[in-house]
Amino acid sequence: MSQTQADDVMKSRPLYGRLVPKQGSYHFIVADGEGGEAVASLLNAAPDMKPRAHIIYIPGANGTDLTGMVSGLGARVFHPAPSYASASQRINKVLGDAHMGLQLYAAGTEGLIGQVQRDAMAAGLPHDALTTEQRGSLARRVQCVHCKGITENVTLDPFVCAHCGLNLFVRDHYSRRLAAFQGVCIDAEDPGEVPPSEERFK
Amino acid sequence: MSLDAPFKDPFFRDESFFGDYSYRNSPHAVKRFPFPFPEDDYMYSVNMEPHVKGRPGSVFEHYFDVDEHYVSEMRDRARVLEQDPLRCQSLPHMTLAGWDLLELIMEKFAEDYPHWFSLTKDGNRWHWINRPLGIDQKFTFLDESTLPYGPFEYITRQAQGDFTLQDQREDNLWIEAGMVTSQADWSLDFDIGMNFHEWHAPVPLAHQMGIFDRALKFLLALQYGAPVRRFNWTMTVDPLLDTSPENYPKWGPSKTTMTPETIGQRQHLRVELQTLIRLPRSNAICFPIRCYLISLDDLVTQPKWARRFHRVIRGLPDELATYKGFIRNKPMILEYLARFDDGAPTSPGWWPED
Ligand code: HEM
Repeated sequence: MSQTQADDVMKSRPLYGRLVPKQGSYHFIVADGEGGEAVASLLNAAPDMKPRAHIIYIPGANGTDLTGMVSGLGARVFHPAPSYASASQRINKVLGDAHMGLQLYAAGTEGLIGQVQRDAMAAGLPHDALTTEQRGSLARRVQCVHCKGITENVTLDPFVCAHCGLNLFVRDHYSRRLAAFQGVCIDAEDPGEVPPSEERFK
Repeated sequence: MSLDAPFKDPFFRDESFFGDYSYRNSPHAVKRFPFPFPEDDYMYSVNMEPHVKGRPGSVFEHYFDVDEHYVSEMRDRARVLEQDPLRCQSLPHMTLAGWDLLELIMEKFAEDYPHWFSLTKDGNRWHWINRPLGIDQKFTFLDESTLPYGPFEYITRQAQGDFTLQDQREDNLWIEAGMVTSQADWSLDFDIGMNFHEWHAPVPLAHQMGIFDRALKFLLALQYGAPVRRFNWTMTVDPLLDTSPENYPKWGPSKTTMTPETIGQRQHLRVELQTLIRLPRSNAICFPIRCYLISLDDLVTQPKWARRFHRVIRGLPDELATYKGFIRNKPMILEYLARFDDGAPTSPGWWPED
């Protein structure tokens, strides 16, 4: 599985790199789904990171679960988590306690990377302390502009808002603060006239 | 602050921008409407000119234009904020820029409209009087605890048009405060914290044309005391100031109920007079977005505007009409306007009678 290429270049959308080892006293690594493979490449390339590595791994919403493989990589701390939400307190604590020299890595879906980026920004981490790599599903996190609820792992366009039930199309407009794209009602002018959904973000 | 005793000055109209839509332009307001097209066609460009005082009676006569809709617009803003408090947001580090803006608006209002506004200063102890809105406020400049709202919200509840404040760092502008209740379909709550290219991402064609790169470069060098202005425009059904994406399911259907009989009264040209102002203490850039609405029936009373607007809409690329949200009614609009275009040449510039 190679790196995911973004389907289009959009101005408000961040670009991602590759996980490469950085000089640091502590390595905090958050990954989901296929991002586990990027973590493996990282630690295999720089085994001396392992005694100072803390990994949080979340299985992908598309079913990709590399928990077994990632737990065997030999990191000092390995924490499997069922979802980003369930891990977020832990992530924010580690980021809040961060000393100079902490290196942060995020690998996997855009939704996961965006949330790590958002939390790192909020914790005041210098932005060059974060390294990212997009892998696996192109599923998006989308905020409904009407009810403000965020729907995770959106692969279809249009889709139904998980909070208010409106039919939304996904606008190419991305907020790093929210780590989410914008969803706008598609049938506001003609209620009920919803074009068939397509799998745009596989 | 109290809006209970407004309209004492008959200059200000008592009207609504939703519900029964009693908003109207007086014949005087029609004459001075900021028609934004200097030529018979339109395309995006880096259209910025110095914001200097212009013809007496025009919207350029004063630094900020206070017109006959002032009191009703401020009442509409209060209504929208009550329904959705997220329309006014300011990140914590933008407070100083808010004071900069408060000072600018108070000084310019008092200087340009002394019969309505007055500001007296005794060191940092200021006294502000806003007669049209019935406000008499003594406060300490730079001391937030002496005002009923933060400085940015306090003053933008008393000034027509939306306002955003942009911090400047990393060779970019960051939208980090806004009072946004009369927007052409964009969300402050979603955009806050973005940089110049990020918040402009949805605009078609302009990125590829290099417009945003050039505009940003220009703005980063914007000097204190040398503000600039530009126009933007779109189309709105009914004189609804608050065309927010948040409420789109509520106002979107109005686009489907216009008929050839009602289009003249219901379809409005929506013009934004945007200014870009460097602020002194914070070095932030303030961006007032002043919205003017005119019905097609009123617009065609000026023969030059009628001819030109027909030609502009006829030649507008569908991508722009789609982005601006009026593609479905474009044929009906053209049919209406065509009746007022005899093909005669138009003079350059936007003034109606030149
Ligand atoms: C620094 C202050 C500015 C702010 C806060 C601002 C904000 C915005 C926003 C929020 C939009 C709507 C985007 C959407 O669809 O979500 C927009 C559209 C646009 N902006 Fe700006 N803008 C600024 C300055 C400029 C400047 C200096 C230019 C000069 C070229 C410009 C050109 C445009 C154009 C061409 C559009 C599309 C408008 C349309 O077709 O209706 N903006 N702007």
